[in-house]
Amino acid sequence: MTDRSRECIRNFCIVAHIDHGKSTLADRMIEKTGLLTSREMQDQVLDNMDLERERGITIKSQAVRLIYQAKDGREYTFNLIDTPGHVDFNYEVNRSLAACDGAILVVDATQGIQAQTLANVYLALEQDLDVFPVINKIDLPSAMPDAVKTEIEDVIGIEAEDAPLISAKQGIGIEDVLEAVVEKIPAPQGDPDAPLKALIFDSLYDSYKGVIVFIRLRDGVIRRGSKVRMMATGAVAEVVEVGYFGPGQFIPCEELYAGMVGYFTASIKNIKDTRVGDTVTELERPCAEALPGYKKAQPMVYCGLYPADSARYPDLRDALEKLQLNDASLFFEPETSLALGFGFRCGFLGLLHMEVILQRLEREYDLDLISTSPGVVYKVYKTDGTMIELTNPSNLPDVTLIEHMEEPIVSAEIMVTTEFIGPIMQLCQERRGVYISTEYIEQTRAVLHYDLPLNEIIYDFFDALKSRSRGYASFDYELKGYETSRLVRMDILVNKEPVDALSFIVHADGAYERGRRMCERLKDEIPRQLFDVPIQAAVGGRIIARETIRQLRKDVLAKCYGGDISRKKKLLEKQKEGKRRMQVVGNVEIPKEAFMNVLKLDSGN
Amino acid sequence: MSVNRELSLYIHFPFCVRKCRYCDFLSGPAEESARGAYLAALEREISLVPEALRTRPVDTVFFGGGTPSLMGQGDLEQLMERLRSVFDIEDQAEISMEVNPGTADLAKLRAFRQCGINRLSIGVQSFHEEELALLGRIHSAEDALRIFHEAREAGFGNLNLDLMSALPGQTFEKWEENLLTACRLRPEHISAYSLIIEEGTPFAEMDLPPLPDEETDRRMYHETGRILETFGLRRYEISNYAREGFACRHNCGYWTGHDYLGLGLGAASCTGNLRYTCVRSLKDYLEAGSWEAFHEEETHLSLEDEMEEFMFLGLRMTKGVRTGAFAERFGRSFASVYGEVSQKHLAQGLLAEEGDRLFLTEKGLDLANYVMSDYILTGASD
Repeated sequence: MTDRSRECIRNFCIVAHIDHGKSTLADRMIEKTGLLTSREMQDQVLDNMDLERERGITIKSQAVRLIYQAKDGREYTFNLIDTPGHVDFNYEVNRSLAACDGAILVVDATQGIQAQTLANVYLALEQDLDVFPVINKIDLPSAMPDAVKTEIEDVIGIEAEDAPLISAKQGIGIEDVLEAVVEKIPAPQGDPDAPLKALIFDSLYDSYKGVIVFIRLRDGVIRRGSKVRMMATGAVAEVVEVGYFGPGQFIPCEELYAGMVGYFTASIKNIKDTRVGDTVTELERPCAEALPGYKKAQPMVYCGLYPADSARYPDLRDALEKLQLNDASLFFEPETSLALGFGFRCGFLGLLHMEVILQRLEREYDLDLISTSPGVVYKVYKTDGTMIELTNPSNLPDVTLIEHMEEPIVSAEIMVTTEFIGPIMQLCQERRGVYISTEYIEQTRAVLHYDLPLNEIIYDFFDALKSRSRGYASFDYELKGYETSRLVRMDILVNKEPVDALSFIVHADGAYERGRRMCERLKDEIPRQLFDVPIQAAVGGRIIARETIRQLRKDVLAKCYGGDISRKKKLLEKQKEGKRRMQVVGNVEIPKEAFMNVLKLDSGN
Repeated sequence: MSVNRELSLYIHFPFCVRKCRYCDFLSGPAEESARGAYLAALEREISLVPEALRTRPVDTVFFGGGTPSLMGQGDLEQLMERLRSVFDIEDQAEISMEVNPGTADLAKLRAFRQCGINRLSIGVQSFHEEELALLGRIHSAEDALRIFHEAREAGFGNLNLDLMSALPGQTFEKWEENLLTACRLRPEHISAYSLIIEEGTPFAEMDLPPLPDEETDRRMYHETGRILETFGLRRYEISNYAREGFACRHNCGYWTGHDYLGLGLGAASCTGNLRYTCVRSLKDYLEAGSWEAFHEEETHLSLEDEMEEFMFLGLRMTKGVRTGAFAERFGRSFASVYGEVSQKHLAQGLLAEEGDRLFLTEKGLDLANYVMSDYILTGASD
């Protein structure tokens, strides 16, 4: 291999705010480079999962190799690494960026810079990537490409004068983008003759091939039969197959060399052997030192997950294990709830990550799930000087043993048009936000800086933000640290018995309101029993709200003659079916749906 | 099953003067000509009854509706004649007819008696004019009193009064007055139903006075049992009360697995383990030319279906079910099928037992569905 061939490789990604057209641009680039016929094109080729297509977001990083005949007459190999745009997936963005040498920044010509535009660009710049902007959606009547260019130069500080003006949807200007990739993104550096040094930026479990390891080669060569070692885990393997990424498929090839992006398999059964961020080297001729890698993302949001049908506990465990193979940021450990039986405490990068996992479990693994209220990780300092990280409210020590508690605080940037500053500030106020500053980007747009407790934004903050700004506000945050807070555990008692699945940690000032609401909702959800059932919300043994479900006194059909029998029987069958789905808590029969609905409502406020 | 097992007949007459606001039966007003066409179709249906059913002795006949007392006496005579020519109706058969107090007089009642009708079920519902108006009844309280006396005069020794409790705006005292007025007439039988507001009826759409709360509804029900008892009328089914020997034999058949054949629009039949109904569209009914064309929704009951029905229908009766009879009929011990659920409800005081009889307690009657649903063996069928 020659320097000349390495000079014809471009490893890059596309970064953008959600809905600014990243996936559509990727599709067009794939189309233009001719790897696929139009007929083969699904709408968004890179988004493999149904869920992604449906929600219009990209969840899991993927890569695709494109062959491009440039105007300079040479044939270039593009490795387009797809990155998630959402804040929950910063960790995945990071690892994707590490495999790239440059990035295309897509900005919507009608909206300009948004919160995630900034967040993603900063991540790319931190990785020393060369970033060039493209202005998308120029076909729309409200497009203001010149204003957006100025904004990019002023706010981000990168050159935008000759940014391609495109419409990914209409296929306008795609050629310009491809040429810009050749011109503005540097060819990879690296020595193919040096010992193998490759970064693992992702991995995928395949039941036939074992772990498929996604790598970016810095130095050296990897081919079938190479004996390799993962430097951090120490795992050793013999390579069975190497290849590159076709759209939605893996295409085997002879070898991968310095500068290339591709994959290898080596009959690796345990995904833990191939930690993302680790360096792959040769067993016999190891490189001197590993690549810097990157720090593992810590789960920020936790909840309990239980199968609605207890018999499917093993299925849930299998499903979580399989998902974890492809999503190292998913955490889970077994837990037991008196109310819900056997399940798992699961940790997620954020609320969206949680939703995505829940939906994948339900759709791809056909599981009916009950999830407890999502919570964050609290630090509980005890009087004996020790500290515990609390992820399950049930594990909170007795109040007399607690010295103080801390909760995670995030630094939030909310980008908003000036007319909505008032309502958004009010929202932040309601969510215990601490105002930091307002920064005007232009006359009509500003960035609000707030410190917000994470547990105030994991419920419905996004929805509230959208509804109070008529969709115009965008939001991004990063963990700032922990601060002392007056936190209490709210217990919900049904017939005087605490229902562990319904306990949650809440700021003392919000306790009454949420307790009251939970009681009211449970009252509607739990069917009447043969006796009066009190529903109570308690903080530290003190009842702060109460409802009573009056006993069932009448459940009888007055008439049943010949013509009524079939109908009557259907009614009884339905009633029986309902009973089958009951969980007995404190002598009270509670339908599993009740937990689901109450918890859902609680989060939907 | 023996071919000679007795059979009950139900004859549906789907017409009325005006539809009551709470009524969800298959019925409605119609022109004289439509009634004539209907009766002709009914006679055709009767003439098509399969041989196997004709040979069985008939022990009860019930004319229901609609308002069967709207039938002219000539029509009824002809219909009865038709039935007798096809079926072997026993001499001692109970032959009932529902009567709307606004649709008959002494002469008509005499003619009905003459045709062989020996039991009348009078749709009184209430003795309060404002309640009758609200329900959309076509008769007055006075009509009801008059028809009762005329029925006696016409020679009817077996009379039922239909009453409805828990009406919108009804107080306990008003209900009590209705009951006492009915009792003072000394009927052999009283049916007292707690109003059910069915979807699709005007009641479901109307802005009604508030319904009695659950506590009042139950007080009405419980006191009904006590009041009627003092007049010698004992509860024998959830909503039915009779003097000794006057329980409605036809209706008891529904709750004890007796075979019945329904003739007329939408009428339900169950013979052996076969359940079916007559077509529910009047047009289809008038045009049907074969026994098959008259019928729809035929289902075969499985052994489980039959066991379930044995339980939830049998438990409607205050004497309940006999576990011995269960074993005899199904060839399986009661305990092996329903032992566990029965123990649960016995322990909760919803069921009681005496010898091999298992029956709902007073509390169990209030929560009958709660108990009965536990006797469903299979999942929801749809």
